[in-house]
Amino acid sequence: MAELNERPFPPGEYPVVVVGTGPGGLQTSYYLTQLGVKHALISADEQPAGMFQRFPFFQRLVTWSKPHAPVEKTERRNEWYDWNSLLSDDPALRGSVIEFMDGSSYFPSRPEMEKGLLAFAERAKIAARYGCRWESTARAGDDFVLTTSDGEYRCSTLVFAIGMTQAWKPDIDGIELVPHYVEMKPAKEFAGKHVFIMGKRNSGFELADGLLPWAKQLILGSPRPAKLSIITHSTSGARARYMQPYEDNALGGGHFVLDAAIERIERTADGYRVHTSGTTKPGVMIFEVDEVVAGTGFTTPLGDLPALGVKTFYQNRLPAQTPFFQSATVPGVFFAGSVTQGSIGLKKYGIPSNSAAVHGFRYNARVLAHHIAETRHGVKIERPSVEPGRVVQYLLDEATNAPELWNQQSYLARVLNVDRARGITDEGIVPLQHFVDAGGPDAVAITVETDGTGDIHPALYIRRDGTTEERVLASNPLNDFATSEHHAELTSALKPLID
Amino acid sequence: MSEQIEVIDSLAGMTLFADLTPPQLEAVAHTFDEDFFDEGIRILRKGFAGSGFYVIIEGEAAVNLDGKQIATLSRGDFFGDISALLGELPTADVTATRPLRCAVLSADELDRFLLAYPTVALRMLKALARRMRNQNTWRN
Repeated sequence: MAELNERPFPPGEYPVVVVGTGPGGLQTSYYLTQLGVKHALISADEQPAGMFQRFPFFQRLVTWSKPHAPVEKTERRNEWYDWNSLLSDDPALRGSVIEFMDGSSYFPSRPEMEKGLLAFAERAKIAARYGCRWESTARAGDDFVLTTSDGEYRCSTLVFAIGMTQAWKPDIDGIELVPHYVEMKPAKEFAGKHVFIMGKRNSGFELADGLLPWAKQLILGSPRPAKLSIITHSTSGARARYMQPYEDNALGGGHFVLDAAIERIERTADGYRVHTSGTTKPGVMIFEVDEVVAGTGFTTPLGDLPALGVKTFYQNRLPAQTPFFQSATVPGVFFAGSVTQGSIGLKKYGIPSNSAAVHGFRYNARVLAHHIAETRHGVKIERPSVEPGRVVQYLLDEATNAPELWNQQSYLARVLNVDRARGITDEGIVPLQHFVDAGGPDAVAITVETDGTGDIHPALYIRRDGTTEERVLASNPLNDFATSEHHAELTSALKPLID
Repeated sequence: MSEQIEVIDSLAGMTLFADLTPPQLEAVAHTFDEDFFDEGIRILRKGFAGSGFYVIIEGEAAVNLDGKQIATLSRGDFFGDISALLGELPTADVTATRPLRCAVLSADELDRFLLAYPTVALRMLKALARRMRNQNTWRN
């Protein structure tokens, strides 16, 4: 690690400054370097992947990295089975998290994740200035000036990969009395206690699952019924591996999962009194408990960016972004990492992108680096030609195997431009929202989507004479979209475009 | 910290949710997602599957059919209801004409939501009836 600790990138002027060395910042820096875009990477942490020294609290991630996947970790397709390793064009750098997993789970532990990211940063020679804290931001003409604990940085392009791990609490009387998830005590200190957990999303269920062996009784409460990933077909739902408390509730085992608005919390001599009002079943419920924990979610530490003009939404927890992760209101300010969930895309069937987690935002980082390189720093990116006779098979292979399309369903698309004079060119992986709304030459985009019934299938977007039409292809029980039936269907759909 | 309260307050001030109790309003505010669309962004796309039901919290949008603006929507208005209720593809585009904040429910959830909150269903039915009356008035 000596090389990483030499404190490169002293304050000064750079074309791009990237703030943050979590997986989003590392992945963005990696691809900017690959594209030859000079940039400074700075971080308040003392080493890469700082978040994984603290979270998730109960040690294991919620995203899988399957040690015995159907394909080797050096192959691109393995990214669908390994949701935690960072991306590389060099097969030797792929699958770094799997390498450190001991095989006892297909969810990496925090140390396994941390080691995998450190190994990637070291092997890819990602240099960063650690211990350099971003303090404030100002405009200087068309540039930005970033004041940090080490001095001032000036640049025309700013990328914030600052995570979404700052505690967020709703406005409830007495909530300041209770600790948030990020202030959690060791589980054994909950032994034999009655515990009220505010929140029924992943962090709430993670706490409940971790406290099951210790607490005398757990009560999870929030206004909305729990949304479960296996019902909503989305990783934004509470994940299956945290469902033991839910099963306990369903079987009447003594722990409870309640739909209740929390009206106020009071301190008592022995603990807390939680006043609630039922939502799906009306009625007042008051709980006397020993402990209360707020599993109420997280926000982005945006600092002074709202004052700079960065528009936010979702209770001011996320910056509003364009399809290419640029602030919707301050050109030149971009985001990477989990903050990119603020670029919402089409959100078809109500299913959000996977941009909140590594398996989604690592692709966003690659798209972002290409976009910054090409549109702001004059880098020419080659578009390979595709022979007309190969188009159908290529698109069906992508729908079946491309990890970008599977990890970011209905969000990222493989795009081919069709120009009668210049032929067919591969435009690469592009945000679907940009493709369908920005217009452009005749083209075809293919994505994978899961609909409201859970059916997974390819979706095709054909742009012809400025109008884009959607066409959904058939699903397949084994998710093989390269069958002869798919071939015939796609050939027919593309006939007017590439005949 | 204050914006969730603002969402609840916004919903409370809308005719659609006027009959709900405070706990019900809080549940509704948590049931809907909140999305932001900058000016010029399309929210509903003609012929595209998988859209949702939207209630405008703040901002303005235009309903466009074949390149022609046929209606303007603002705070308290809702859209996406027809395609969500009938399970059909949207027949028009809706585009933000000013920065737009919406409460959003996926189409698949709308039936269940309306059955859980029948007073909202009744308010929605009245709004649809007014929309039909106005359209007939225009035709006359």
